Amino acid sequence: MTFMAKPKVAHPELPRNALGLTRRDYEGSNSTLCAGCGHDSITASIVEACWANALQPQNLVKLSGIGCSSKTTAYFVSGAHGFNSVHGRMPSVATGANAANRKLHYIGVSGDGDTLSIGLGQFIHAIRRNLNMVYIIENNGVYGLTKGQFSASADVGTKAKKGEVNSQPPIDPVQLALTLGASFVARSFSGDKAQLVPLIQAAMHHQGFALIDVLSPCVTFNDHEGSTRSYAYSREHYHEAVHTDFVAPAGQISVSYAAGEALPVTLHDGSCVMLRKVDASFDATNRGTALARIRERLRDNEYLTGLLHVSDSQAEFHDLNRTPDEALNQIPYAQLNPGSAALAKVLARFR
Amino acid sequence: MNPTDTANPDHYHRVVDCQWACPTHTDVPEYIRLIAQGRFTDAYLLNRQSNVFPGILGRVCDRPCEPACRRGRVEEKPVAICRLKRVAADLKGELTGRVPRGPFERNGRRIACVGAGPASLTVANDLAPLGYEVVIFERQQVPGGLMRSNIPSFRLPQSVLDEEIGLILDMGVELKLNAPIGSMRDLLEKQEFNAVFVGSGAPKGKELELPGRHDTDRIHIGIDWLESVAFEHIKSVGERVLIIGVGNTAMDCCRSSLRMGAKSVKVMARKPRGFFKASEWELEDAEAESVEIIVNRSPKKFVIENGKLAGMLFDQMEYELKDGRITAERVVGEELIPCDDVILAIGQENAFPWIERDLGIEFDQWRVPKVDAQTFQSTNAKVFFGGDAAFGPKNIIWAVEHGHQAAISLHSFLQGQPVAERPKPGVKLQSVKMGVHEWAYSNDYAPLERRLVPHVSLKERFKKLNIEVELGYNADVAAQEVQRCLNCDVQTVFEAKLCIECDACIDVCPTDCLTITHGGEEADLRTRLRAPARVTAQPLVVSGALPQTGRVMVKDENLCVHCGLCAERCPTAAWDMQKSTIHWPHAGDGETACRPKQRQSA
Repeated sequence: MTFMAKPKVAHPELPRNALGLTRRDYEGSNSTLCAGCGHDSITASIVEACWANALQPQNLVKLSGIGCSSKTTAYFVSGAHGFNSVHGRMPSVATGANAANRKLHYIGVSGDGDTLSIGLGQFIHAIRRNLNMVYIIENNGVYGLTKGQFSASADVGTKAKKGEVNSQPPIDPVQLALTLGASFVARSFSGDKAQLVPLIQAAMHHQGFALIDVLSPCVTFNDHEGSTRSYAYSREHYHEAVHTDFVAPAGQISVSYAAGEALPVTLHDGSCVMLRKVDASFDATNRGTALARIRERLRDNEYLTGLLHVSDSQAEFHDLNRTPDEALNQIPYAQLNPGSAALAKVLARFR
Repeated sequence: MNPTDTANPDHYHRVVDCQWACPTHTDVPEYIRLIAQGRFTDAYLLNRQSNVFPGILGRVCDRPCEPACRRGRVEEKPVAICRLKRVAADLKGELTGRVPRGPFERNGRRIACVGAGPASLTVANDLAPLGYEVVIFERQQVPGGLMRSNIPSFRLPQSVLDEEIGLILDMGVELKLNAPIGSMRDLLEKQEFNAVFVGSGAPKGKELELPGRHDTDRIHIGIDWLESVAFEHIKSVGERVLIIGVGNTAMDCCRSSLRMGAKSVKVMARKPRGFFKASEWELEDAEAESVEIIVNRSPKKFVIENGKLAGMLFDQMEYELKDGRITAERVVGEELIPCDDVILAIGQENAFPWIERDLGIEFDQWRVPKVDAQTFQSTNAKVFFGGDAAFGPKNIIWAVEHGHQAAISLHSFLQGQPVAERPKPGVKLQSVKMGVHEWAYSNDYAPLERRLVPHVSLKERFKKLNIEVELGYNADVAAQEVQRCLNCDVQTVFEAKLCIECDACIDVCPTDCLTITHGGEEADLRTRLRAPARVTAQPLVVSGALPQTGRVMVKDENLCVHCGLCAERCPTAAWDMQKSTIHWPHAGDGETACRPKQRQSA
């Protein structure tokens, strides 16, 4: 970590987005994580994606649980709303907030411990409800805040800093989400912003639950030889299956693709993700074959990365519950709370 | 692009923009740091090592350092480097024992310096402590050259000149006043000097031969007129004065006129604003004193009525501009401007009527001696030139550097070493990491604007010619201004083999200087950086291949604020902050100075 705040001075020619803001306007407070933490790169990617999406800072809600990862919501978009919840309970808080105000953007940041151990039940139900949020797992395979014990995502055979070897099989959030029917499932690496930033941009435009599992090396407790989550190991073993370029609504597709190389998927708001196949045998629109391919490559110790599955036709939380179109705070009080007479009428239906 | 050669001393020197731009390569960030610590005497002495005249230059330097200052690119205004130099001079303590004091034991070689201006004085300053007998010949009754005769005392007080020239004369330098040199042959042959240094300036003001020029005595040559004012040969001027030309001499002429009784002073410029030669701050000061600058007037003739100067006739000009350059000009009218005096300030020339043409000193087609640009040696091996005398009018700080370089040459020449073999500059780097989160320099970015320097009120300043207008910073204001320095000499040093490409430095850099990307040619690389890098004059620093991916770290030096956050954030210490000390060679470096002559004890 550092005690020195990043000075306010900036490059005078920084590009500005549609709101006239620069990247610097989407920063948060000073990171207190270890210098070199992968999480800080993910924070920088979120900053970049929010800037590129020209998000109004006050329209963002940042949510987190407990752990190194969960501290990071303080480090981006200081103008946003935030809720740092109990360990593993971020999805509940997100569900409540989203139910009350569907007009805001929700980014939940969690870790492999927070999501896959204490919060696993919460996590899978958020997927099941197809809650409209971006859920980022900063996945480093250890509990960094308590000095490096293995987490539920540690690979078999990976070595802890003090030498013991993990023998329990990991829970893979990507496979879990695919089997539960998640509509946007991606994996990335903190050291690859070219891949991660467009993924976050697309996830924010996706209607429904968008999971991004980000391999994020713990520079202090899991960056040694023998670890399967170090910077060097991750670089050698991650394999981009499909590259995502995000095209904003009404934006021009500026990248040129060879015929048959790219598959455009249009999202509900008119924006578009261009899926460019890197691995010819991979099909991100087919849940079954995608899952099979991910499993196959994992057996060879290789992480497939990119937007691994996307389908924009699934009903999300609000559709399923037939909630009103506007945020609850925009509904007149008398309508929101029709009083005891109305309640009696509802109850009478069950008599 | 190949990996940047950071072992070349010029690499880190160039990052320190102010020091690189200074002809004498004054260690600006270090002296500003000394001022910040209240060590004014140390700051003064550090200045003196390179620029010799901190008190003088702190007032009247042309300040090539300030337009170069990085702060001016990050914000709008550069650090007030020149004014801080003056603070060091104004607030310094006792110098006794800290500046070499002669007389020194002599080495038997005699050097004559012609003219007691900044170039000759620098030669004396460098060579007297090495044991040379230096004799300076000056045609005036006081030393200083144009610093004394052409810079009005309301900008540069006599006392400052006397003090700093005194330090050099106290080294046992012989000064012969009222001693104009009439013959180079005489110097070389009769007076038995081993070498001669000509630092006699460019003492001839340019003429403007137009009708009427010689029909009146109210048309003056700027530098001669300033000299007459300085030595009190003239004490007044007419009420309406026209100055022809917009250089710094013109600014001194117009402001002096106001103090000699003029009521209306107009500076006549042939071209529009933006083409003026005068420094911006000198224009500002002149206009603050209600001097009128009239543009697009080309002098046509002097109008004489009844044998008296009545005015001057100008062509009114119109220019077509493209990209800041004049592409076409035409005359659109005429204007007569009445006046009582005209002062011509349109440039200076060298003149060497006293150098015989058969001494082996070759002159070129413009009748200027052929001088080697590195060694300052003429075609007669014993004769060296420097200052304005060498390559025409420049400024004081260039004259000082010429003096230093000529001193190196003279030393080599008189020790029988080849003059063309120059000592090499060097650089020393030392880490400023003191511990976890602790750095041996103040790396907080201070969001302060440039401090203003107080001036004597417009009411007071015209009462006497020698009331110094600028008052200089006091210690408190200086303490604020020093915080604006970005410590460019505390370098970001990168060790590619340690980098794990975690992006921490890139994410934390406030000015987006850093990028990790695959290699390529410079023009291509510049398009792939985190933030635009359009200033091609500022170099890209490219590392060797990084261990994990083979990509390269690229740093755009242009806007780095040297906050050290990259090093602070780096988990592997691939980045480090290291203070660079540039060694710029001077005569006799590494040699022991001659011992002072034993003085008789009382």
